[in-house]
Amino acid sequence: MTPAAPSPALELQGITKRFPGVVALDRVDLAIRQGEVHVLVGQNGAGKSTLVKLLCGVHAPDEGRMLLDGAPYAPRSTLAAIRAGLRVVYQELNLLPYLSVAENILFERLPRRLGVVDFRALERQAEALLAEVGLEVSPRARVETLGVAQMQLVEIARAISSRSRVLILDEPTATLTPREIGRLFEIVARLKARGVTVIYISHRLQELFEVGDRITVLRNGRTVETLPARETGIPRIVKLMVGKEMGDEHPFHAEIRPGAELLRVEGLRRRGSPHEVSFALHRGELLGVAGLVGSGRTETLRALFGADPRAGGRILRDGREVEIGSPRDAVRHGLSFLTEDRKAQGLILDMTCAVNVTLTDLARVARAGLLQEEAERAAAGELVEELAIKTPSVDQLARNLSGGNQQKLVIAKWLFRRAEVLLFDEPTRGIDVGARAEIYALLWRLAAEGKGIVIVSSDLPELLGICHRILVFSNGRITGDVPRSEFGQERILALAYQEYIHRAPPVPAAAG
Amino acid sequence: MRARQLFNLLMREAGIGLALALMAALFSIFAPRFASLANLTNIFTQISINTVISVGMTFVILLGGIDLSVGSVLALATVVGGLVITHEGWPATLAVPAAVAASMAVGMLCGLFNGAVSERWKIHSFIVTLGMLNIARGAALEISNSRTIFSFPESFNDVGSMTVAGIPIIFLIAVLAVAAGRFILQRTVFGRKIYAIGNNEEAVRLSGHAPWRTKVAAYTVCGAMVGVAAVMYMMRLNIASPILGSGFELNAIAAVVIGGTSMSGGKGSMVGTFLGACIMGVLNNGLLLLGMGDFARLMVTGLIIVVAVVIDKYRARAFVQTSFEPGRQA
Repeated sequence: MTPAAPSPALELQGITKRFPGVVALDRVDLAIRQGEVHVLVGQNGAGKSTLVKLLCGVHAPDEGRMLLDGAPYAPRSTLAAIRAGLRVVYQELNLLPYLSVAENILFERLPRRLGVVDFRALERQAEALLAEVGLEVSPRARVETLGVAQMQLVEIARAISSRSRVLILDEPTATLTPREIGRLFEIVARLKARGVTVIYISHRLQELFEVGDRITVLRNGRTVETLPARETGIPRIVKLMVGKEMGDEHPFHAEIRPGAELLRVEGLRRRGSPHEVSFALHRGELLGVAGLVGSGRTETLRALFGADPRAGGRILRDGREVEIGSPRDAVRHGLSFLTEDRKAQGLILDMTCAVNVTLTDLARVARAGLLQEEAERAAAGELVEELAIKTPSVDQLARNLSGGNQQKLVIAKWLFRRAEVLLFDEPTRGIDVGARAEIYALLWRLAAEGKGIVIVSSDLPELLGICHRILVFSNGRITGDVPRSEFGQERILALAYQEYIHRAPPVPAAAG
Repeated sequence: MRARQLFNLLMREAGIGLALALMAALFSIFAPRFASLANLTNIFTQISINTVISVGMTFVILLGGIDLSVGSVLALATVVGGLVITHEGWPATLAVPAAVAASMAVGMLCGLFNGAVSERWKIHSFIVTLGMLNIARGAALEISNSRTIFSFPESFNDVGSMTVAGIPIIFLIAVLAVAAGRFILQRTVFGRKIYAIGNNEEAVRLSGHAPWRTKVAAYTVCGAMVGVAAVMYMMRLNIASPILGSGFELNAIAAVVIGGTSMSGGKGSMVGTFLGACIMGVLNNGLLLLGMGDFARLMVTGLIIVVAVVIDKYRARAFVQTSFEPGRQA
């Protein structure tokens, strides 16, 4: 380190944070330089979230001290942190859905005239900030009408508006497409040029090297090492994260081959869409679904599952036509749906693991309408063990499980139902490397048992790694059905953009 | 497992139970007649009807809904029951069971209406039951010509004042209702679905259920409990009237909320509701014995409801802080 190294903007000295039963952070030392993009990586449970919560004033450390620009820093609330110039853009968005984009961006400092909000000034200021983050929506638009990616940019615009000196981005790309990620990186670069210090947290390892100056790896509540981004690579980071060498990240099992047709969809059209979608799924097949956010991937799965209204189309299960008008019908015909938002739609967070697992088939653990609690706990316990879900007992609340284990719990629900067709929407989003590998292994085991699996994912290398076949969606229609022998990143991206080339870019009304 | 369940139950209800015990102790000291057997019997009788309605209300509030129509529906159910029971020429052996069935049917039909309308058109039950509040009241006034109905069979009236081992039978009915409600919520698939829907309806729907069925059934159960309460009312006061029951919905909601059930649904228990109804009854009775006037009592009970909810907020927060552990398993 040269003596001319910039002074730290933010410094943590011997920070320890304990929660009942665990030490979340164990004597953590960390120095973030003025104006750098500092990346924090680590598996779920490594302590990243706790660190963020200390920095933004949600929790207070038990030991150690923090310095902001050399002065002691001990925020007692999020507001105090913002006033001190430190701000977090969360993975879960904190926007007010029924207010306008402008009001959301400038909520803490609405321009006033004579005590009432000056809407003209508000719009002007908001427009400038929207331009800065490259988001082309009206400042008057209500936030609820935006797509997830757009909301993320609104959130970032809000963070910029407060002239924060330190900005923490927590999984900012989890819901973004490659194009939007590129735009985000431009914004980060611009912030950096303005002297803003950025702390960047992500599970997507490949992007860390593009955006970061230095990378700090956390493991089990301790800082393992801080490395310059330019002098390191993914294998080294992964090794530091897991504490051991990792094999092939995306296994493919050539010996498991697709068999008989399990599901056929003909001319499926969701209400409000002009496009019809047709495809088939076979037993033992991993079928990938690629496409931009808003291209119709999630929407198609939801319509197929009966979660959203359908305007037309036939669905055949094992060659026989079936009527699916609601999730109830779908489940009866052996379909299952693992939603992209497992917290809001997949799990009942404040109920136990056992309750969550058996929810898909209560008749199996009931006799004459009476729940057989012992049978229920035993059945749930078997699946918890089978999927190696880390929880002290099946009586633990789903909320207390880590992200990867929550995802496994959702899978356990559908295994309990003995579903034949598994529709996965972003199964590995926000999940760390170790848990990901376990989920891939699980997918292969299910395929080997003759189940059919559809995987929607924004992580293209993942789809290329594990799928037999990839369907590509573009602007509401299927533009490609690519077998493994023809897989190629460029090929799939070209298909994904095909329908947008002579048209306006997609309006991501909903993530998908 | 059983021991643990019992422990959890105690922990969950300890706060309310403690408050009730404390309140009873204070009244025993300062109001000499409070702790007498006669007065206890009196309290038991007074809280019975509210307890039964509150049992029904608990089902609805656990779903995140509300039923504002229970008071009016109670009046309508008594009027219909009263007309049947006083039907000329019917012997008591026929008229009494027919009247009980009629009152129950009225309650269930009104509940079914509430549930079906709010589910079919996705209207918040607050609005639908507000409408039913007027519909039922109007119907009661209409079919009774706004007159009170009385001179029920002696055998029927007698049941209302009967006691078993010194305990009013009407209170035993209430305890039975609580026990049945608790059994349904804790042990049946129906109860499980109610909690699950109250917590996260979309997750339940996407797990392959039709939540509307459970919800409509819950409103119907609530209506049935109102029917039971109507029969109890007729037994005790020996009249049926289109104007009774006003404000009953607020007492029931108060009992449920004091009992720790969350207005947004998903959390709460039948035992809590029972303790909530007891607190309301003890407070009313104790303050009366202390010589407090009606108006002041109204103010104090109102205040207690607010305080109970505030305390509950703190309890919930303490629970979340000790059990929530970000990012890993506790």
